[in-house]
Amino acid sequence: MAKMNMLQAINSALAIAMEENENACVFGEDVGAFGGVFRATSGLQEKFGKDRVFNTPLVEQGILGFANGLAAQGTLAIPEIQFADYIFPAFDQIVNETAKFRFRSGNEFNVGNLVIRTPYGGGIHGGLYHSQSPEAYFAHTPGLKLVFPRNAYQAKGLLAASLESNDPVIFFEPKRLYRASVGDVPEGKYTIPLGKAEIVQQGTDITLLAWGAQVEMLEKAAEMASKDGISCEIIDLRTVAPWDVETVSQSVIKTGRLVVSQEAPLTGGFASEIAATIQDECFLHLESPIERVCGLDTPYPLAHEKEYMADHLKVYEAIKRSINY
Amino acid sequence: MAKLLNVDNPNNTSKNDTLNLEFVDEHALAIPTFKMLDDNGELYKDAQASSMDKETAIRIYETMRFIRVFDERMLAAQRQGRVSFYMQCLGEEAAVTGSAAALEDKDMIFAQYREQAALAYRGFTLEQFMHQNFSNEKDFGKGRQMPIHYGSKGLNYSTISSPLGTQIPQAAGYAYGQKLKGDKACTICYFGEGAASEGDFHAGLNMAAVHSAPTLFFARNNGYAISTPASEQFKGDGIAVRAVGYGMKALRVDGVDVLAVYEAVKKAREFAVENNAPVLIESIAYRLAAHSSSDDPTGYREKEEEETFRANCPIERFRRYMLKQGWLDEAEDEAAKEKIKADVLSALKVAEKVAKPALEEIVTDVYEDVPLHLQKQYEQLKQHILKYPEAYPATASRIEETK
Repeated sequence: MAKMNMLQAINSALAIAMEENENACVFGEDVGAFGGVFRATSGLQEKFGKDRVFNTPLVEQGILGFANGLAAQGTLAIPEIQFADYIFPAFDQIVNETAKFRFRSGNEFNVGNLVIRTPYGGGIHGGLYHSQSPEAYFAHTPGLKLVFPRNAYQAKGLLAASLESNDPVIFFEPKRLYRASVGDVPEGKYTIPLGKAEIVQQGTDITLLAWGAQVEMLEKAAEMASKDGISCEIIDLRTVAPWDVETVSQSVIKTGRLVVSQEAPLTGGFASEIAATIQDECFLHLESPIERVCGLDTPYPLAHEKEYMADHLKVYEAIKRSINY
Repeated sequence: MAKLLNVDNPNNTSKNDTLNLEFVDEHALAIPTFKMLDDNGELYKDAQASSMDKETAIRIYETMRFIRVFDERMLAAQRQGRVSFYMQCLGEEAAVTGSAAALEDKDMIFAQYREQAALAYRGFTLEQFMHQNFSNEKDFGKGRQMPIHYGSKGLNYSTISSPLGTQIPQAAGYAYGQKLKGDKACTICYFGEGAASEGDFHAGLNMAAVHSAPTLFFARNNGYAISTPASEQFKGDGIAVRAVGYGMKALRVDGVDVLAVYEAVKKAREFAVENNAPVLIESIAYRLAAHSSSDDPTGYREKEEEETFRANCPIERFRRYMLKQGWLDEAEDEAAKEKIKADVLSALKVAEKVAKPALEEIVTDVYEDVPLHLQKQYEQLKQHILKYPEAYPATASRIEETK
């Protein structure tokens, strides 16, 4: 065990995968000698050489198109998109190519060797274009796995599993926690299964569900609620697509109440998909309407970031509304 | 039935047959860099005569001098935690100011994010700059974007968007509209050599050429895209050479030489407006500053390299020229710098005390009118903030005022 922050944990998972796969390639804008603007790929070029760890030209559609081809050829392709806000030039390559490579060829070809890493999320004074959580666009696209770590330990294990997965993964890294999340992380390899939610805290009165950095908001809100005598069960979804309906519905059958929270705007967000599925699965067990605590239906603002965010206070209020319904 | 305009040449290529199977060399075209002013502030022997009059020269010099001081003070303010972010124009002041000076006020500017000098040249005030950087209620952008994301309808300066290169095809479209309207104006579009790798670069230049849009594509080749050197960005001869591929005229200019930049853009503007055609201009300079306040160049380049280029200062070169012309007084210049420092500091102190935008601005401008669902979200937010005023200090007190 070593104390690592999330960046070090990610770096460690990448280094192990590159040792195991002699052709694995890490590439993207500034990821080479510099080690990425957040330094997640720090030291990798030194260790594995310029052919396997390299700066690309500044073109996200190129990075993902190149990655699709490289993965189809059989190389483990690990591109980085510097900010999730800048993934959209690559939208066509991801949505129409990555996600459909296996299906359209009748499994003659696939890009299961592809893991796209990208920092996402707000709370860092990033304004419109350094704060977004674009998972819903990709969750609407069958064929992609979407993975969100909540801390350093989870990041290493989930990334290792993503790198082993035979399906393409978008690995969304909560940049707000890159350095803030520090914990005990094994130096060697371990994996945390994809598609499996984790019950972070057992409880009996209400289920709280989130993914990535938002889990921290749930924990703070649950602590406030516990002072009111409310026992919260906290679930980290970890994989947004395909998601673990079983774990969530079992919990809601037990508690009868659900609050889902996401950083992204309310309308069309993944929280809505969860609410729809859970009312279907657990209709007769629900004691109150499913609450969604989300960003507003606006672009992500700078001056009003605090007001915009789905913070712990908003989650706490939702818990009370649900309990007092 | 539609008639093929050119049945001889459906492929739209030159007709130049050969029996010799030979590659066209990848370096077949080497574009020269246009210069006028040497480092001592004197015109090169045989240099083209300068058409820049005294009044323009003074306005350019004053703009560059202002931006240099402003950038220094604002970076310091960022270091003190007073603004969240900053980007300097250091080393590229001549490229940006000289190009802006060669335009007419009716010409549109689509900038990348490092062109504050163009906006200053157009007349954006110190106070206006400051309000944007402090995202306060006097910011034209209503505090929504990070610092340095300026915009001004009145000054024909399209609001900065952080995504790279998105403005390039937009500039082509804007220019096409100017042409249709018969404005006799053009659109200049600034971007870096890194952004020129984006797909939008290809889209924008090709469309401007095909649709004959009077667009000046101004590539600021400053050597670095954050940490990535130009040598890892492209293999060709800079950016200018690509114009040929789009059937577009090109110029390359020394971006440290403000006289040369001014003449080049003037010539390009004249050609673009007269002929309804785009021009690609590449300016060669060096990004002396870090990419932004979030960046630390010591992680990817040597101090010695920076010092070499620091000696090649665009403002100093022009200052020497101005002194030799007798258009600048050394003592007055020093006094002016001190005054700018003082003005910047006092404007900063004022702007940081101006209130944040009213809470309702969180839901305005998403659409022209605020739709019902956003009105509802706003009401809920307001009630929530009133319940926890200490958690939202920037807006809570102001809601209570109007409650």
